[in-house]
Amino acid sequence: MKSILIATTALAGLASAALAEGEVNVVSWGGAYEVSQVEAYNKPFTAETGIKVNMIAADNPATPLKAQVEAGNITGDVFDIEVSDAIRLCDEGALVEINPADLPAAPDGTPAAEDFIDGALQDCAVANIFWGTVIAYDNTKFPDGAPATAADFFDLEKFPGKRGLPKNPKRTLYLALIADGVPAAEIYDKLATPEGVAQAFAKLDSIKDSVVWWEAGAQPVQLLADGEVTMATGYNGRFFDAMVGEKKPFTIIWDGQYMDLDMFAIPKGSPNPEAAMAYLKYATDTQRLADQAKYIAYGPSRKSSAALVGMYKDGTTEMGPHMPTNPDHMTSAVMDDPEFWADHDAELSEQFNAWLAG
Amino acid sequence: MAQALDPHAAIATQAGGIDDGPLTTADGQPLARALRRSQKRAKRRAFLLVLPLLAFILLTFVVPIAQMLQRSFYNDGFSANMPQVSAWFAQTERGTDPDEAAWAALAADLTAAAENRTIGIVGTRINYDMAGTRSLFTSTGRKVRDGLEPPYQAALTEIDAKWADPVLWSTMREASHPVTTNFYLASLDRKRDAEGNIAQVAENQRVYIMLFLRTFGLSLLITALTFVLGFPIAHLLATLPMRKSNLLMILVLLPFWTSLLVRTTSWIVLLQQQGVVNDLLVWAGIIDVNGRLQMIYNRTGTIIAMTHILLPFMILPLYSVMRTINPSYARAARSLGATSWTTFRRIYFPQTLPGLGAGALLVFILAVGYYITPALVGGSSGQLISNMIAMHMTDTLNWSMAAALAALLLGAVLLLYWCYDRMVGIDNLKLG
Repeated sequence: MKSILIATTALAGLASAALAEGEVNVVSWGGAYEVSQVEAYNKPFTAETGIKVNMIAADNPATPLKAQVEAGNITGDVFDIEVSDAIRLCDEGALVEINPADLPAAPDGTPAAEDFIDGALQDCAVANIFWGTVIAYDNTKFPDGAPATAADFFDLEKFPGKRGLPKNPKRTLYLALIADGVPAAEIYDKLATPEGVAQAFAKLDSIKDSVVWWEAGAQPVQLLADGEVTMATGYNGRFFDAMVGEKKPFTIIWDGQYMDLDMFAIPKGSPNPEAAMAYLKYATDTQRLADQAKYIAYGPSRKSSAALVGMYKDGTTEMGPHMPTNPDHMTSAVMDDPEFWADHDAELSEQFNAWLAG
Repeated sequence: MAQALDPHAAIATQAGGIDDGPLTTADGQPLARALRRSQKRAKRRAFLLVLPLLAFILLTFVVPIAQMLQRSFYNDGFSANMPQVSAWFAQTERGTDPDEAAWAALAADLTAAAENRTIGIVGTRINYDMAGTRSLFTSTGRKVRDGLEPPYQAALTEIDAKWADPVLWSTMREASHPVTTNFYLASLDRKRDAEGNIAQVAENQRVYIMLFLRTFGLSLLITALTFVLGFPIAHLLATLPMRKSNLLMILVLLPFWTSLLVRTTSWIVLLQQQGVVNDLLVWAGIIDVNGRLQMIYNRTGTIIAMTHILLPFMILPLYSVMRTINPSYARAARSLGATSWTTFRRIYFPQTLPGLGAGALLVFILAVGYYITPALVGGSSGQLISNMIAMHMTDTLNWSMAAALAALLLGAVLLLYWCYDRMVGIDNLKLG
């Protein structure tokens, strides 16, 4: 039985290899995230189609993408970029448009356009994962009652200790407003007004002296582990790795999580456009997205994948409760608003830096 | 009388007296021409030898930097994609209210840009100068793809009332010419108001000048610290017996060869509140458990880590110069009755100046452009201008702004270099 299976896959592989082009260059973020993509997408893709996948790591793939577009010399085929960059580069005419009808339907036949979570399908990009910026705390630091909300993060009296926050306006201002009682749905309306921004800075002022600012995704985990801070916000996949992989005594607070999408996009003029499209379709099908959750705690962008998400690679941890897309975690989640940030990122960054220095 | 005052004239007359025709070579050619020809050949060979290096530097260093700098004053994001309304701006005076012809040109350009999918480039360009307008362009772009009906002013203001904003029109006028000084103005916390006058930005957005000053201040301080710490070590290295000085040299070179990230991270481990130094101080009873010192994620951390990382750049040139100083000068001074302080001040120290100059220049220029260390250990008060350049390169993707900031930084460094050359003389520089 097994040999027949091998023989048929090999034949299928040979057949499609003969049809397909040789290789595809995928630019992604490196680290554990890249490993999850290699395991869940690339290996089965190469086995089925014979197309070789070259993974290229970048700090933020949007930066080489923009550089390649500006230079008119595109070397990558598929780029894994954030939604704000995807929309922006699409508006600038740098990306290939993707018709949702071309994407594979869910196993039960639901068309892709309905199967993807809202916001996961853009004109020129298809999301593969949702990831959250969440609060995590060190269990051992709060023996008499643990924090549970975003407001607790700003309560230095009840929960003493330093706080770790990212050094950018995008993932700090919203948290201050949530902690100040602004409903998640009204965050961007507030931030669009000078009063709302002032309110956010005023709330941040209340903890400014106790904040350790971080820049790289690995830092908040390290800060918590070293005891430098008692609470920090960071990327949920990193905290998950520390909690499950390294058995650190951390707990995640999902209240006020900031949800982002990572998307696959293909630039116009890429060297292997057909292989790129084949890869994109393959990597965003229901099973592949569910498989990725086995290697990293980021939520699949298809509704149909949620049911297929199983155990972590250690075989004992149920992944469902660790997913940012778990319905229980979404009640007060703030979604990334690419339009808002395309408009206001530069302005708020300047204000944020002036505030930091002041 | 006049002849006597001009020495050259005197020499010329004298020479004229001796010489009775141009000097020639054995085969009768004028000597000057023969010499020039043979030198030309040698020069050409020398040039061919350095040509590969020259081409390499041009291609990988000069051209990219020039291209990047060009972005700081040239951005055709608006003018290239909105030709008709740009032409209208070129024909009219500043302050002209848009007439229906202008609105028609704008509508035609918007429709074309939306079809070509260049509307995002246009919106991004305007958003640099006027925050919050990018979405105005992209959302209007989505609505005008099917075409607009005249009158265009009514049609566009119905889509969004912001189109009638005079500030928007003045910003578009600014952007209608690809050559602009706006990025430099923004780098100096300035902007153009609706009348085209240069004004300071709102107080809560002024950040760049402060960061430039901080960058230069901290770099000077770090240069001074590396001098204070490095000078005695370099002296020791230069005067100890070879065996001992080699061992010391390894202690200087080992960290020099270690990765920058490793050294920065080690400082985090040492200096953080739960770190080694604080633990030692608490253990020794010097500070209280609750009074642990904050030595990192602030300016102190940046200064300590950068001083340590840049120290070898001061020690090595100093050492190489000190090695060549003849000890008999100092002995001579002492034998003539100078105190040890006078000997150091008037005999030894002046001879180390070429090394000190080279070390100080190296450390200062490296410190001004430092980026990773302040990003990791700088917290809020230890940020430098390079961190803002990086932010504009990778986050906001506003490369024109990054280029303008970098150009100002480069200009300031070149200016300092020029001052150094005038005061000390660049020929006095010794790297080894």
